[in-house]
Amino acid sequence: MKNHLGPLAFLLVLIAFPLAVRDPYYQHLMILVLMWVAIGSGWNLIAGFTGQVSFGDAAFFGTGAYTAGLLAHKLGMSAWWGLGLGGIFAVIIAFPFGWICFRLRGAYFALATLALNEVMRHTATIWESLTEGMVGILIMQTFVSKIPYYYIALAIAVVSLISVQVVMSSRWGYYFVSIREDQDAAESIGIDTHYYKMVSLCLAAYLTGLAGSLYMNYMGFIDPTIVFSLHDISIMAILVGIVGGVGTVYGPAVGAFIMVAVSEVFRTGGFGLLEKLTAATGSPVMVLVTKYIKEAHVLTFGLLVIFVILFLPNGVVGGWRKSRRSH
Amino acid sequence: MAYFETLGLVKLFGGLAAVNGVSFDVNEGEICGLIGPNGSGKTTIFNLINGYFPLDKGEIYFNGNKISGLKTHKICREGIGRTFQIVKPLKRMTVLDNVLASAFLRSHTKSEAVELAEKTVSFCGMTSLKDKVAGSLPIASRKRLEITRAMATKPKLLLLDETAAGLNPVELEEAIALIKKIRDSGVTIIIVEHIMKVIMTVSDRVVAINHGMVLAEGTPEEVASHAGVIAAYLGEDYCAAG
Amino acid sequence: MEVFVQTLVAGVLKGGLYALIGIGMTLIMGVMGIINLAHGQMMMVAMYLTYVLFHYLGIDPYMALFVSMPSLFLLGMFIQRFLLNPLMKVESILPENQVLMTVGIAMVLTEIARFIFTSNYLSVQTSYSTKAWYVGEISFSAALCVAFAFAALLSAGLFGFLVKTDLGRSIRAVSQDNEAAQLMGIDSERIKIITMGIGAALVAAAGTLLLPIYYLFPDIGGPFTRKAFVITILGGLGSTVGAIFGGVTLGLAEAFGATYIGMDYEDMVGLIIFILVLLFLPGGFKRLTKV
Repeated sequence: MKNHLGPLAFLLVLIAFPLAVRDPYYQHLMILVLMWVAIGSGWNLIAGFTGQVSFGDAAFFGTGAYTAGLLAHKLGMSAWWGLGLGGIFAVIIAFPFGWICFRLRGAYFALATLALNEVMRHTATIWESLTEGMVGILIMQTFVSKIPYYYIALAIAVVSLISVQVVMSSRWGYYFVSIREDQDAAESIGIDTHYYKMVSLCLAAYLTGLAGSLYMNYMGFIDPTIVFSLHDISIMAILVGIVGGVGTVYGPAVGAFIMVAVSEVFRTGGFGLLEKLTAATGSPVMVLVTKYIKEAHVLTFGLLVIFVILFLPNGVVGGWRKSRRSH
Repeated sequence: MAYFETLGLVKLFGGLAAVNGVSFDVNEGEICGLIGPNGSGKTTIFNLINGYFPLDKGEIYFNGNKISGLKTHKICREGIGRTFQIVKPLKRMTVLDNVLASAFLRSHTKSEAVELAEKTVSFCGMTSLKDKVAGSLPIASRKRLEITRAMATKPKLLLLDETAAGLNPVELEEAIALIKKIRDSGVTIIIVEHIMKVIMTVSDRVVAINHGMVLAEGTPEEVASHAGVIAAYLGEDYCAAG
Repeated sequence: MEVFVQTLVAGVLKGGLYALIGIGMTLIMGVMGIINLAHGQMMMVAMYLTYVLFHYLGIDPYMALFVSMPSLFLLGMFIQRFLLNPLMKVESILPENQVLMTVGIAMVLTEIARFIFTSNYLSVQTSYSTKAWYVGEISFSAALCVAFAFAALLSAGLFGFLVKTDLGRSIRAVSQDNEAAQLMGIDSERIKIITMGIGAALVAAAGTLLLPIYYLFPDIGGPFTRKAFVITILGGLGSTVGAIFGGVTLGLAEAFGATYIGMDYEDMVGLIIFILVLLFLPGGFKRLTKV
């Protein structure tokens, strides 16, 4: 029980957060962070713990988002049904996909996820009769206030973290890490590596799809370039997974916080700080700097990928080793 | 039918036969040594038994069941454990976690698995190292970890691949003691080994392999004095000295 | 029938260029054991280089080969030396961190191009851009034919280099067994640097040759990276001969897909091939031919 005290205290802080911070902007950012906790946890399961690096999480994220969106748009149901079904549909995509890819070792899975990402985006773009193509899907948001979304996102994030914690301390968790560490050894001690990679992928896809349907409900609008984005979703998921700590339960939570903050800093030019500076100094140089920094948000992402892999390949929380020292 | 039996195993690598019609039996409870010069196909035979390579021809029977054609993890489930010549520790896990990962196979719950893992670790004499990270172990301990991990799957037949290579004399004695202890606990063993001292001390029977074929079979003494084996493998010196 | 033959011709010609892209990728795959997901982006850099040479200095794209190939050779070496080789000394949990690095490099290259040239579509109009030769009713695009010839020449040159020279032999040695090659006294880090340079130079050639008949924008790299890895998978990871077959197959499949199914699907074709290969021919053409 002792090592649950920290997370519990932190959870209380998170529950109190929207009551203390009334600014919808910061509430919005926190909702994004919580959503990324779920996605990052999923990525971490399949990549960080099981060693099968996914470059195409957006495929599952987008599937979840479109599930929710289409339920509302085509069937006139509440998009909230997507929370139940989005993850399941993501698994329906993940299952045959994993079954095919995991027959081969090596780079195939990583490449196949990248291909899946593209296939899904193309499909969503071309299949206009179902998805409305590039027009996208717009639904009415249920709540005006951010607070209900915040708590739903919080619940999803907590469920993700607890699921990962439970899974990783069970038989499955040991099997996942064994597969990552040495697949031949894992097979030789009776682990059906194909099956357990599938289990891990499906769990990951479920969490990612769940986050996708939350996104649809919360943002009210999606199109193929947003939810199937290679950079903004798939690469972001990798960064969230790595920066926090590869193969650690709480790593993705840390990673989500850092990455949402970083991308927001660049998207807004230091939370508008640069603009204020520009206005205060009136210098034309600052105008240019502000403009470039805002435009360079993908560039910074790329640089960040390079930086993280060179200097922080296992993240800030540290590897499985450290987190599992006690029994 | 013998307890463990291979019938005409053939494995081709790009047209070359690495294993070419190998048949041998192993009786329950014995230690069977597999010897042969480098590249004679010993490790390949292990990889065939273990299902790591698919067989090109031949059949393998164990405990009355045909096991050839099964996947590696199924073969382990059937009761055949193995170690690797080039050790494959789960590097970032502790020794106990390594063993625990394999103990799950024969356990229903985690607590059962932990108990089995602890027991196996102590049986193999690794208790003092159990919280060490596997990647940090010296070679002797890594070799021992291979055995421990295989033992945690409660094998009826254990394939040991060069477990004594690279050990110093003291470690060698310990390894021999452990192998005997495992046999005495009721596990049948097939052992591939280069160090003749180990093979000669522990084996009840020896099968000599050369060019992917069985050259001789019998007690260690018989095989050691077999002319073909001496020519192929041991050399004149051993004959003179032994 | 005419449409069919025309499609066949277009597919094979395009396939020649794809082969050039694929060979570079395959070479890198063989030696480094990684898929270079910045491959198309390197090509994009070469294309912009060619564009600048043509637009500002009036240098013909075919002459620009002599600038774009060496430049990309240097860029490739730089990337390997300073970004990929250091990773081999970093203890990482994820096995794919080199591949991830190439993704980061791809993003950076694309965004730098966007910074300098904005997202506008550019093209190079030469006298031969739209020229074509006719055999009966079948047209042969002049630029594509020249590109095909260059591609064949460069591939032949590469094979000669790999088979005949010491450096080429070292590259093949590292590709077959890195550890053994190192034991034989080959400096594998240096070989990797050179290989990345060669791979980049080959894809640069493809980009430069493609420019007279293609338009150019910063995001053009992504689709070509995907084509390159489809070719590599199709040919069998690491097989240079396979890459040529893979390139031509992809060129044909795309041409037929565009003619008989619809232009929208051109990009999908490669990905579908990729999935089919995974399903029915894991290991690619290499498995069929044992090349």
